[in-house]
Amino acid sequence: MRRILVLAWAEVLHVARDKATLAQALLIPFVQLLVLSNAATFEIRDTPLYVVDQDHTSASRGLVTRFSASGNFTIAGASPSPELANERLLSGDVTMVLTIPHDFERDLVRTHAAAVQLVVNAEKGMAAGIVQYYASRILTRYAAELAPALGGGSAVPASTESGPRRGAAQIDVRTRAWYNPTLDYRHYMVPGILVALVTLIGTLLTAQNIAREKELGTLEQLNVTPITRGQFIAGKLLPFWVLGMFELAAGLVLGRVVFGVPMLGSPFLLLGVSAVYLVAALGIGLWISTIVETQQQAMFVTFFIMMIYLLMSGLFTPIDSMPRWVQVVAELNPVRHFVAISRAVLVKGAGLREIQRPFAILAVFAAVVFSLAVRQYSKRVS
Amino acid sequence: MTAAPAREHAIEARELTRRFGTFTAVDHITFDVGVGEVFGFLGANGAGKTTAIRILTGLLAPSSGSARVAGHDVYTESEWIKRRIGYMSQKFSLYEDLTVGENIRLYGGIYDLSREVVRERTTHMLSRLGLDAATRVQALPLGWRQKLAFSVALLHEPSIVFLDEPTSGVDPITRRQFWELIYEAAARGTTVFVTTHYMDEAEYCDRISIMVAGRIGALGAPAELKSQFDVGSIDELFVRLARPTAGAAG
Amino acid sequence: MSAFRGLLRKEALHILRDRRTLAVVIFMPILQVILFGYAIRTDISRIRLAIVDPSPDAATIELRNRFTATDAFRVVRVLPSAGTLDRLFASGAIQEAIVLDGDFANRLARGLTARVLVVADASEPNSGSAMESYALAVIQGYERDIAARGGAVRIVPEARMRFNPTRASANLFVPGLIAFVLTIISALMTAISLTREKETGTMEILLVSPLKPLEIIVGKVLAYLVIGFVSVLLVVAEARLVFAVPLRGSLMLLLGEGVLYILTSLSLGILISSRTSSQRVAMIGALAGTMLPTILLSGFIFPIESMPWPLRAIANVVPAKWFIVIARGVMLKGVGLEYLWPQTLILLGMTVLLVAAATRSFRIRLA
Repeated sequence: MRRILVLAWAEVLHVARDKATLAQALLIPFVQLLVLSNAATFEIRDTPLYVVDQDHTSASRGLVTRFSASGNFTIAGASPSPELANERLLSGDVTMVLTIPHDFERDLVRTHAAAVQLVVNAEKGMAAGIVQYYASRILTRYAAELAPALGGGSAVPASTESGPRRGAAQIDVRTRAWYNPTLDYRHYMVPGILVALVTLIGTLLTAQNIAREKELGTLEQLNVTPITRGQFIAGKLLPFWVLGMFELAAGLVLGRVVFGVPMLGSPFLLLGVSAVYLVAALGIGLWISTIVETQQQAMFVTFFIMMIYLLMSGLFTPIDSMPRWVQVVAELNPVRHFVAISRAVLVKGAGLREIQRPFAILAVFAAVVFSLAVRQYSKRVS
Repeated sequence: MTAAPAREHAIEARELTRRFGTFTAVDHITFDVGVGEVFGFLGANGAGKTTAIRILTGLLAPSSGSARVAGHDVYTESEWIKRRIGYMSQKFSLYEDLTVGENIRLYGGIYDLSREVVRERTTHMLSRLGLDAATRVQALPLGWRQKLAFSVALLHEPSIVFLDEPTSGVDPITRRQFWELIYEAAARGTTVFVTTHYMDEAEYCDRISIMVAGRIGALGAPAELKSQFDVGSIDELFVRLARPTAGAAG
Repeated sequence: MSAFRGLLRKEALHILRDRRTLAVVIFMPILQVILFGYAIRTDISRIRLAIVDPSPDAATIELRNRFTATDAFRVVRVLPSAGTLDRLFASGAIQEAIVLDGDFANRLARGLTARVLVVADASEPNSGSAMESYALAVIQGYERDIAARGGAVRIVPEARMRFNPTRASANLFVPGLIAFVLTIISALMTAISLTREKETGTMEILLVSPLKPLEIIVGKVLAYLVIGFVSVLLVVAEARLVFAVPLRGSLMLLLGEGVLYILTSLSLGILISSRTSSQRVAMIGALAGTMLPTILLSGFIFPIESMPWPLRAIANVVPAKWFIVIARGVMLKGVGLEYLWPQTLILLGMTVLLVAAATRSFRIRLA
């Protein structure tokens, strides 16, 4: 035990003396947490809209007003020319073009039905579907608003108190978002981004650690001492484990204070899981470090693994929509399990029973990775 | 724990060989080093000195042959060997960002020395070397670093200490002081296994071996070797041993 | 000039000798495109849906059929009451539920307002709101059709998805992935390789040589430029062959812009290395400093327009943001420089600034 502690203490001194590394390890997670937690949203606000109004009637102008008043769209330009609209779409500064054909009002009055054209820039994926939905909702509402004046029925009650209206079907849809009624994505992203940042810094520091000692030649001196391989790996892991625990705890406090992240479950349960998780995450770093010869190699391998960690963690895109085989691969991703646990505990108020499966996976993972690192580390030179 | 049985040899190497692919770095070398001896391991750069020292310290597995260090087998008992030896590598390998005292405490802890023992030996070592515990190692000149590294290698009072070119690049006065430290250690009964390419240092050793292309070209006390090969200095002997090989190779 | 050629040769040898790194640098992007091309999906499909239908009837069955008919939903349960929903949500068996009122069909038939409740698991708010809008869109279509039968006033949208009509994920991610991989590889490789020379002291030898600082920098990065270019070629070829990602614009333009973007990333790497003295610092700076911002602030996954304005402002200094616009523009929209010149100029400007800053701090170190 004493060997582990003296080795760990030397490691603390290395990091503490390297002011630049220390500043990076302490600043990067918190600065990025504060900034980036605001970025991860698919929420659509202020979609830039281009209007091609070929009708120029009070009905068409009314429709344009409904779009600009909806809060979902801003009118980024308007002209009767489809060519100009197309150009703006190509240059990428508008996301949707609304074309109102010139018989719009006449059709509405005569047949109670009129067509408009929506062209959505789909180069950014999911946003396009939501934009389209917002637009068609505005159209439906507007049709309902016009109904009394036109003497037709309406599809949606124009006002909240809705009496029966002849010849019209009405559906009153209410929605409820469970577990996160305010739909504040930050409550959900903060724990995830925190985990990602701490994992990134921790894996990097451990992965370059032994590789650096190989490069400097200091490892050889340790290798001729009677220190055992387990003691060595434990001594290297301990200081970064403490650093990681500190960053996770401080990050949670920050998330609570700055973003009002709910803590429905026990924060101590989460710290307990963190203790196990960090052994897994840092163990992988040390394992990498025992395999590679140079810091450069350590970094590329870390980069590769981090990329898989992050993009397959369910942090940014839901695992549920990944193909089956990817979901199986993702089971091997500790970040994924820890992200799921921290979200479950904080946002859903899960207890030990609800998280036992991912927690058990993490525990097995930590044990396996630690012993792999110990086995891989050789006190002989090759 | 097993105490090593009393024996006259600190190191016994028999037909010790190490190959790297097709290259044979150490080629069937056989020698003994007596307890308390200062044994000089000489040779040109690339003659296989560092490979041999790495095998004996348990850093490198031999390809064939056998060797016992402090009574322990290099194949199977390398972790036992590590408890009994000190090692100072060719490349300076204390932590430069730590202070003198911190380096000593680190290795004291790793060798399971009690805090009191570490404190006592630190005081003694620092006063002998004239160093301050709070000095960062990176601020020390090369000669001081080497003396410190040597003293740290002796911290746990090993029965054998391996020194790989400890004086290379060091000024003559400091080299002299360094050898005084070696003699002090030997006087306390420590076996010293030292490699060097300074031939004048060979004269300080009880016995030397001269390695040429992975083999031992000559082995014995310096005075014996000079008369045996009929040369005026070890330097001359070295050049003579090295030349035929160079001729054969070229 | 011959000293410069010597430096070039030395750099090339360095890279070629370190097989492991070379292999990682060449194969990693290829592997990642495959992996993420399949794995990353922002569109939500096969949402596990439960429909609570207390009094089944032709009208409710028609609504149910509409959910069954879309790819977005998989109706896994049809329940007579809402009692078990809690448990189904908690166990993850369902992600969304549509709860129809007992007199839904009855009220519809009588022209009264029928009530529907849409419940979505929003513990993941982004997919929560997406699932919600998908369900609402289905209900809306249903509503519009009944309205049409009743002769109600309606405005019928004819919607068209431009540039990526099927909204295939690979089409969205491959351009972004190219940017991401290039940033990290180019910035990392240069940052590390220059700092390594400083750490091992070989930089001093270069500095006392007759080479000018700029020549040293150019010599160091030229080899990495070649590697970066090779990986662009491989990734683009792979995107075309494996994922059939369209390349509607000019290949030459895409490759040219690729080289420009590699230069920007290399300059970033040089700047990082000129300000740091150990590989550890350079590494954390280059990887931890750029990885998440490049994922999150470049438009790679999350649309920049949705972000609050301070983030939109910060995103402007992320080079990847501009390259992603360019790559998507060339590949998906088929536009050329006539539309992409502003982004191209910005990348050029960034490169010049970064190189100037790096050369300057290089000189300061020398003085």
